[in-house]
Amino acid sequence: MAKWLRRSRKQEADVVPPTEAVPREKEYISRSQGEMIWRAFRRHRVGNVGTVVILLFVVLAVFAEFIGPYHYSQQFRRYPYAPPSIVHFRNEDGSLSRPYVYKTTRSRDPLTYQVTYPEDTSTKYYLRFFVRGQAEYSLFGFIRSNVHLFDAIADDGSRAEVFVLGTDALGRDMFTRCLIGSWVSLAVGPLVILCVFPIGILLGGLSGYYGGGVDMFIQRACEVMLAIPGLPILMAMGAALRGFGLSAGMVFMGMIIALAITGWGGFARVIRGQVLAIREMDFVTSARAAGASDLRVIVRHITPNVTSYLIVNATLTIPGMMLTEATLSFLGYGIQEPMTSWGALLNAATNIGALELHPWILIPGAFIVVSVLAFNFMGDAVRDAVDPYSIV
Amino acid sequence: MLTYMLRRTLYMIPLLLIVSLISFSLIKLMPGDYLTVARLNPNLSEQDIQEQVERFGLDKPFLVQYLIWLKNVVQGDFGRSFGTRMPAFKTLFFGGRLFWTIIIAVTTLLLTWLFAIPIGIYSATHQYKASDHAVTFFGFLGLSIPNFFFALVLLWLLVVVFKIGDKGLGISGLLDAKYYGQPFSWAVFVNYMWHLWPVWVVIGTSGMAGLIRLMRGNLLDTLSLPYVQTARSKGLAETVVIYKHAVRNAINPLVTVLGLSLPGLVSGSIVVAIILNLPTVGRAYFAALQQQDEPVIMGALLFFSLFLLIGNVLADFLLAWVDPRIRYD
Repeated sequence: MAKWLRRSRKQEADVVPPTEAVPREKEYISRSQGEMIWRAFRRHRVGNVGTVVILLFVVLAVFAEFIGPYHYSQQFRRYPYAPPSIVHFRNEDGSLSRPYVYKTTRSRDPLTYQVTYPEDTSTKYYLRFFVRGQAEYSLFGFIRSNVHLFDAIADDGSRAEVFVLGTDALGRDMFTRCLIGSWVSLAVGPLVILCVFPIGILLGGLSGYYGGGVDMFIQRACEVMLAIPGLPILMAMGAALRGFGLSAGMVFMGMIIALAITGWGGFARVIRGQVLAIREMDFVTSARAAGASDLRVIVRHITPNVTSYLIVNATLTIPGMMLTEATLSFLGYGIQEPMTSWGALLNAATNIGALELHPWILIPGAFIVVSVLAFNFMGDAVRDAVDPYSIV
Repeated sequence: MLTYMLRRTLYMIPLLLIVSLISFSLIKLMPGDYLTVARLNPNLSEQDIQEQVERFGLDKPFLVQYLIWLKNVVQGDFGRSFGTRMPAFKTLFFGGRLFWTIIIAVTTLLLTWLFAIPIGIYSATHQYKASDHAVTFFGFLGLSIPNFFFALVLLWLLVVVFKIGDKGLGISGLLDAKYYGQPFSWAVFVNYMWHLWPVWVVIGTSGMAGLIRLMRGNLLDTLSLPYVQTARSKGLAETVVIYKHAVRNAINPLVTVLGLSLPGLVSGSIVVAIILNLPTVGRAYFAALQQQDEPVIMGALLFFSLFLLIGNVLADFLLAWVDPRIRYD
């Protein structure tokens, strides 16, 4: 709209009308709605970058056990808080080499008594790809294998530990843990939406379509949900869940349900508002006049008109849910050991002493920021693309 | 208007009742009850425990327990903290906790608005320019950094990288140890400010992006309306058109967001208070949750809920006040 304004002001300035001849046979292209949305989406460059980043994260998550060299709970007792391994690309004489690492051993500085991991430069352990490792896994639940993307192996076949992002206090590989942690962090948003959407659409739809007593009742319920302080209640729910000694998977399920319970109120409200407006439109009246049942009107005529809102809401809710999950897990009321998530990994960083000596324990936070940022950008692009009234 | 305000305020009571019932059942759902916790505490005699059981009806059915709790709360008695044996009300709110919780929430809110609205206006009037894109990017970045991670990074930067400890400055708490117990002076005030700015930055950035986007969007919508064109065609200066005609109307929808941003502020401040060791209700709540200190948890949940509802009600009043077209019957 603003663009249109600027153009109109310009036209006032040059009084001469545009003289270039209009091509006689103008080519008309008819595009389907899907094509139009896709074109609008492609125009949003940052959003496209965000989408690519998310796809990358998804690939990393799916192949996490293959990409990570170790099992996520394997403890290297001799390497607590080992710093990220240094990958060398040059030999001692400065000539280029295949990437290799040295073995490190834990020792203490004789003067400061600080823990250091000096490199033992006698043997080079070359990074080799698609090699068999110790950690067995089954990809997608049925491809059993122990082939990993990389490992450091010397010419004589002996191996060195390679910690891409260092290790934690128990000597567990942070890189593998970040990859495994992405399962929880990435899955939480979509799963919560899968729970919230049916509840929200059903209750919001009923409320908006029928009005009256049903509407009254559902709206009061929504108001109660909106009066619940989100994070504190979620913390309490997490505390309750934690005490039952459930398995990691059950705790995760419980967390999803808790997030869904506290999240549907606002969503149902907006759906109600939309349905309320659409219900009064002529096409709904004519559908009714044609003898369509309530169910048919709701499913065939009203629902398609709220889909754009649903899609936009989904892409913009996911990053919020990811942040909430990270916060809860960080505070210890989310995902529980031995399973982990990016937020849970950061829990170790609350100790400023540990943080000072081992700054790499902050790295999981970068995963959160990048993925949430990517989701936000994608959501922005989706909103611009799907909303037919948006100012482009 | 007055009846509207009264009704809106009174409506908070049933909501609070239901929320408190939900919180109460949640706490009772937690495994391990008061008795198991209390029996492990060597400071409590069997008589003390028996007294508590009778006072709170802990051996009675759930709903009776809730009603007893409710009756006590109405009389201003939140029970005693299991941990400190002090009244739960004191554990939660005294020691400056209530004061600082409110101060932090209100100042953060004000600062967010103070920065977000001019930036939003700038962004809208420079649509699609490089500066607009930069504002959008940094806004989104602020939105995407979890508060706790931002606080940790700030802590790490200040303590490890900039080594503020060598300059005699601390980051934890609200005041450096050397100012404890001193009368209020300029130096003390400066020290407070030094401890508060990380809090403002961390909590503020997460709410700022949304506000900037909203202000930008609203202003762009308003600027495309015919009355703005009329104002321009009358030959009014662009600043007058923007600030007097457009901004005035574009701001209205933001008022609703004011109330909705309060829960975000509260939850944000819980996390930051835990990391930066601030005396707030949020941190007391966190500590109580770890010790399963039921009376304190209940009191805190009630407080958070009340805080949220007050925010919503204030936002409604404000909206009714700035936009006379809103009907309040």
